[in-house]
Amino acid sequence: MNRTLLYSGTSVALAAGVFLLLNSLPGCKPTTTKAAVTGDAATKVYVKPGTHDEFYNFVSGGFSGQLAVYGLPSGRLFREIPVFSVDPESGYGYSEETKGMLMTTYGFIPWDDSHHPELSQSSGVPDGKWCFINGNNTPRIALVDLGTFRTKSIIEIPNSAGNHSSPFTTGNSEYVVAGTRFSVPMGDDASRDVPIKSYKENFKGNVSFIHPDPETGRMSIAFQIATPGVNFDLSHAGKGPSEGWFFFSCYNTEQAYSLMEVNASQRDKDFIMAVNWKLAEQLAKEGKGNKVPGKHYSNWWNEETHSAETTVYEDVLQLDPKDHPGLVYFMPCPKSPHGCDVDPTGKYIVGSGKLAALIPVFSFEKIQKAIATNEMEGDFGGIPVLKYESVLHGEVKKPGLGPLHTEFDANGNAYTSFFVSSEIVKWNVEKLEVMDRVPTYYSIGHLCVPGGDSKQPWGKYVIAYNKITKDRYLPTGPELTQSAQLYSIEGDKMELLLDFPTTGEPHYAQALPAELVKPREVKFFKIDENKHPFVAKGEKETKVERRGKEVHVWMTTIRSHFAPDNIEGVKLGDEVYFHVTNLEQDWDVPHGFAIKGAANAELLVMPGETQTLKWIPTRVGIWPMYCTDFCSALHQEMQGYVRVSPAGSSVPLDAYTVSVDAEM
Amino acid sequence: MRPISRVMIAMAALALLALLFVPIWRIDLAAPQYPEGLYMQIWADHFSGDVEKINGLNHYIGMAHIKDDMFAEFTYLPKVIVVLSALGLFAALWRRRIFLVGGLVALSLFSLWALWRMWDWGYKYGHELDPRAAIKVEDMAYQPPLIGHKQLLNFDAWSTPDTGGWVLFAVIALLCGVYFLEVRDLKAKLKAKRSLASTQP
Repeated sequence: MNRTLLYSGTSVALAAGVFLLLNSLPGCKPTTTKAAVTGDAATKVYVKPGTHDEFYNFVSGGFSGQLAVYGLPSGRLFREIPVFSVDPESGYGYSEETKGMLMTTYGFIPWDDSHHPELSQSSGVPDGKWCFINGNNTPRIALVDLGTFRTKSIIEIPNSAGNHSSPFTTGNSEYVVAGTRFSVPMGDDASRDVPIKSYKENFKGNVSFIHPDPETGRMSIAFQIATPGVNFDLSHAGKGPSEGWFFFSCYNTEQAYSLMEVNASQRDKDFIMAVNWKLAEQLAKEGKGNKVPGKHYSNWWNEETHSAETTVYEDVLQLDPKDHPGLVYFMPCPKSPHGCDVDPTGKYIVGSGKLAALIPVFSFEKIQKAIATNEMEGDFGGIPVLKYESVLHGEVKKPGLGPLHTEFDANGNAYTSFFVSSEIVKWNVEKLEVMDRVPTYYSIGHLCVPGGDSKQPWGKYVIAYNKITKDRYLPTGPELTQSAQLYSIEGDKMELLLDFPTTGEPHYAQALPAELVKPREVKFFKIDENKHPFVAKGEKETKVERRGKEVHVWMTTIRSHFAPDNIEGVKLGDEVYFHVTNLEQDWDVPHGFAIKGAANAELLVMPGETQTLKWIPTRVGIWPMYCTDFCSALHQEMQGYVRVSPAGSSVPLDAYTVSVDAEM
Repeated sequence: MRPISRVMIAMAALALLALLFVPIWRIDLAAPQYPEGLYMQIWADHFSGDVEKINGLNHYIGMAHIKDDMFAEFTYLPKVIVVLSALGLFAALWRRRIFLVGGLVALSLFSLWALWRMWDWGYKYGHELDPRAAIKVEDMAYQPPLIGHKQLLNFDAWSTPDTGGWVLFAVIALLCGVYFLEVRDLKAKLKAKRSLASTQP
């Protein structure tokens, strides 16, 4: 009996022990891999305080609608240039002068979704003059001047919806293109009011060629090319031997209009559209094509008047490829192609089918041959479709999952981002062989090599712009910072050097040597050249003037006071316009202007510039105004008062600055 | 039967009931963009873990949506476990070796059947893909490993027993031990019987 007790006692204890042990090992949990960063990565990205980065990196702000400027290799953020979204910090979109930049046929649009920065080029190489960027939601293209780092012009794209495959440039920035992501019905009201189910019949695609004036940067639409209804995704110009051609990826050749993730993913191949833009240009010059309805705004920033100027166009010139053989061809491309990238030699076009398990590389030479020998497999919406095998240079087999975009170095290598497998894969363009792969953290979208879509890549780095951040930084609640990662591509193996956070959601980005941009910098605006209608070129020119219900104040700022700084005689019901001229003529001395109860924003006025804030007082009393940008030791003294009297008041309108002598 | 055998059988039978309350198997997935990993646990009557996240990923490649009601097993598995456990307790109380042998055979068959069911489900789950899936990779099937590691596209997949699985193995091991003891006793008894018989005049 004792023995039985002993046995049962030990076995119960044993069983309990085993149970506890097993519970503490719930399966052999795998350990996850963390990026290995080698010891000298820090020195490779360290930019000593007071010294400059080697490259500028222009990164799209995504749903912020802006363009962000970083330095590489440090990953430091310098500026967020307001482009498509209002910016209360600078007064962009709030000052009377800048409102016009955001005007469209839909009225004032205060926000957009900016995706693809593209640097202007000379002879196929970024020249540091401008940076283009697209507004996706309300189709627009902007041109940012890299002398002022300000939005110089914005053009609205008519007959477009979802301006995604934009704004890629030709080798001398003769044109930037804008392809519509959504096909839509075009024409008059009656032709646009159609059932969605009539997609195949009524919905049309469209790509626009926009010409920026090389002197002024003012943009106009040279011509549009009408296409069958598909979704255009991305594009790139040919170069070298393929100069004169433009390539656009498109998906949804299924022509689906609902549950697109399934219905637009059915065909094994969609298309890359090849456009002979030299021919289109010639046709346009010869007066071919039709003027079609397409009202649109072209806004341009006049640096002399410091104001937006708008030109409204009623129609656009449209070319129909069916009328002009040789203008447009389709090349089959697996599967829902996203990126459409041309290598530096201009010989090869890389399509990245985001659902494909391979990367097709097309040969421009073979495309020309297939066109010459009529190797077609049929047509799509009246446009000839070239035979896949006839135009194919080759396929990169099993490169990874979810290829999106490709950039190049100067040594014949391509770098393709893979969203699904979250990696960058390096491969040789000529040999189509995978050479290296590195994981990205996490789920890369676009990538950028300095000069990586041009004729002359500077190489050195590849930057990953990721879609998912997760645990890479200190957590900030449900909404996390967006993220980029810098990799060295100088060796055979890619090497992770740095994570850096970004604003908005970064889509495409471009980088170029800082030396190409720095000499262009405008340090301030010359007050003598200021042609603003309300400029006060000195304190003697300051005044107030009543024009009915409008009160105009010619005001100046200089360290550290406003002139005038006392204003009386404003009445309830008045609209007050403060035209603030910054008289400073030195670098880095902006003055801010804010007044209590302003329903718009502040002004941040650069030296030599005039900007206007509209203010509608809502109560009787004394209202303070002050400078918001710390300008000198006496910045805190830079302030003033506005007296607001009742509507019927007889207080005379007056504005003054009282000197010490006068007060004593 | 030895008393210790009876105690061990009773314990094994009771331990088996743990399968009703702990996960039996687990699948772990890891990929660069899932630093925290994804996991799924299989219980006697339901799934738990990141099932919806896994479903969300798998729909791109056309894998079926994992739901509890996909498995008829989930409705009767708990009953099978209770019956097996009862069988064990019965053997312990009744002191009949035949119940021990029966229980052991039943349990082994049950385990093999469960593994086969898992493999079969995994095969179908990995091969029977929606032809309308967005991403189709040539010659690619996504059958999860039955046990151990497998690379499935960009994911590392591990399939391992969870607590319940280990309990099940322990129970089988325990019963095997009892079986071994009892067979030895039986042999000794038979031998003693034989030698007794041979010494009789």
